Amino acid sequence: MTTQTFEYVRGSAAPAEPGAPAARVPRDADDPLHGELMQLNMGPQHPATHGVLRLKLELDGETLRSVEPVVGYLHRGKEKTCESLGWAKFFPHTDRLDYVQPLMNNVGYALALEKLAGLQVPERGQVIRVLLMELSRIAAHLIYLGTTAIDLGAVTMFFNTFKERENIYTILDAYTGHRMNNTYVRIGGVFADVDEGVESLVREFLRRMPAEIDSWEKLLSGNRIWYDRNRDVGVLSREQALAWSLTGPNLRGSGVEFDLRKAQPYSGYEQYEFEVPVGTVGDSYDRYLVRVEEMRQSVRIAEQALTRLGKTRGGEFLAEDRRYVLPPKDRVHTSMEELIFQFKIVTDLRLPAGEAYHAIESSKGELGFYLVSDGTSAPVRCHIRAPGLMNVQAIPVLAEGRLLSDMVALIGSLDFVMGEVDR
Amino acid sequence: MAGTATIERVDAALAGIGHRWLASRDGMPALALAATDLGAALRALKERAGFETATLVTAVDRLGKTPRFELVHQFLSLAHNDRVRIHTPVGEDESAPTCTHLWPGAAFMERECFDMFGIPFDGHANLKRLLMPDEYGHHPLRKDFPHQGIEPDRLYREWDRERRKDWHPEAAR
Repeated sequence: MTTQTFEYVRGSAAPAEPGAPAARVPRDADDPLHGELMQLNMGPQHPATHGVLRLKLELDGETLRSVEPVVGYLHRGKEKTCESLGWAKFFPHTDRLDYVQPLMNNVGYALALEKLAGLQVPERGQVIRVLLMELSRIAAHLIYLGTTAIDLGAVTMFFNTFKERENIYTILDAYTGHRMNNTYVRIGGVFADVDEGVESLVREFLRRMPAEIDSWEKLLSGNRIWYDRNRDVGVLSREQALAWSLTGPNLRGSGVEFDLRKAQPYSGYEQYEFEVPVGTVGDSYDRYLVRVEEMRQSVRIAEQALTRLGKTRGGEFLAEDRRYVLPPKDRVHTSMEELIFQFKIVTDLRLPAGEAYHAIESSKGELGFYLVSDGTSAPVRCHIRAPGLMNVQAIPVLAEGRLLSDMVALIGSLDFVMGEVDR
Repeated sequence: MAGTATIERVDAALAGIGHRWLASRDGMPALALAATDLGAALRALKERAGFETATLVTAVDRLGKTPRFELVHQFLSLAHNDRVRIHTPVGEDESAPTCTHLWPGAAFMERECFDMFGIPFDGHANLKRLLMPDEYGHHPLRKDFPHQGIEPDRLYREWDRERRKDWHPEAAR
């Protein structure tokens, strides 16, 4: 058996003695494994993949030669579940799609159902929904900021953002009685009115939030490590972002000014004043800046929603249409007819035959529900257009040719939640 | 009627390709196409009607009807701020043309559609299952697939038996 020894000398070594030939500096090509790719599995159990995402990597040294995302580890058959449960009973399942923003998913599903039913939501119901959606957006962006920062070593940011997220959960707890998986949106409006106690909690939160966002930006934006690991990493051109079906902050980071709240308004978003931030370069840093600015704009929208809540106090928050809309709970307990309606709508809600697609601007991008009804109580088809799936699909576009250590930063900057990706 | 401008633009782009507008409940322009025209129509929508991005590719299983499946494509144009939906009937053993050469982002959508309904897409570079395991033998969103699944733990049991062979050869029967 022969053994081969390779002497590796770092840098150019000085000759041992004057006149002696210089020690030969080995090059990469001398490596017996040179050119041979290493297969590496990242995930499905990996803290930086934000859930059960598996990435099949092929590495040449530290350079990523090919990246293949493998999804499906959290597949629970939500679409099939909707098709067998029926329209009304699917609401709690929408919470479990993108589980960092359950109320946003609720609203997206409810809006698609209302489009199919041809139902109008009363103004106060819309205002409450806008408030809940913007709070959800802030909570989801806080998760993005905290987890992406901790992936790159900034542990403090994680605690800062989760502290504020906890305040959002306190508000939602006071309003819905749950911290997560709230299921508080119904066809035709919301389950209950927002009372003044909740309003004051929201007001207090919104008063503090801008200064908090400023302080986080001060911690991160000029931070040498954060800047170097995000600037010019994962650059996505405008054309690439469109071709790869990206939406939301990832699309806007590449300089495309397209926000469904402005372009195709729903829930009365056309009455609110806010701006749509866009990036210029399309790198991870731009996507970070877009999300931070979106939080500021969400605070602005939520403040306007609070003002509108004050104006519509005492108004209806749930439509009155006993074909589709659940009666209020207090009337269910006192009236025979309302009890029958409650039973009929929960067990056997029938929507007109036809199909409807409705998309909302969720924190990850365009969250759409495509529903097909044949007039019976079970949907023929419920397709969930998940923005997270498209974000996962874009990982190879950004990562191939870069270093392995950029992978973690890229996963964070694309921002997806596996509950929604796998459905 | 909402979407008149979209309909005119798409009509102009699809000149020479047989298509029929459908009544849609949500006001989105929706058209029906024959499967043989789909490839040409997709190219026209991308290149002549300016739909820059693919929103969804999925199918509806109309069990009992022929053709059985209805393929649904939906596209969004940011420049014109409108959407269009295309319905194409596809039979049980038929395939559909891919649109990944026009919209690369549709790759995962077509893989999911293949996984869930078993509709193959001709020309797709990496057509394999997306959400279910590669060895899975069924297409779960078909209407004749039960909600509780078919042998849900079969793959696990096979894997477990293989694994145990190395540990206790006598226990693996």
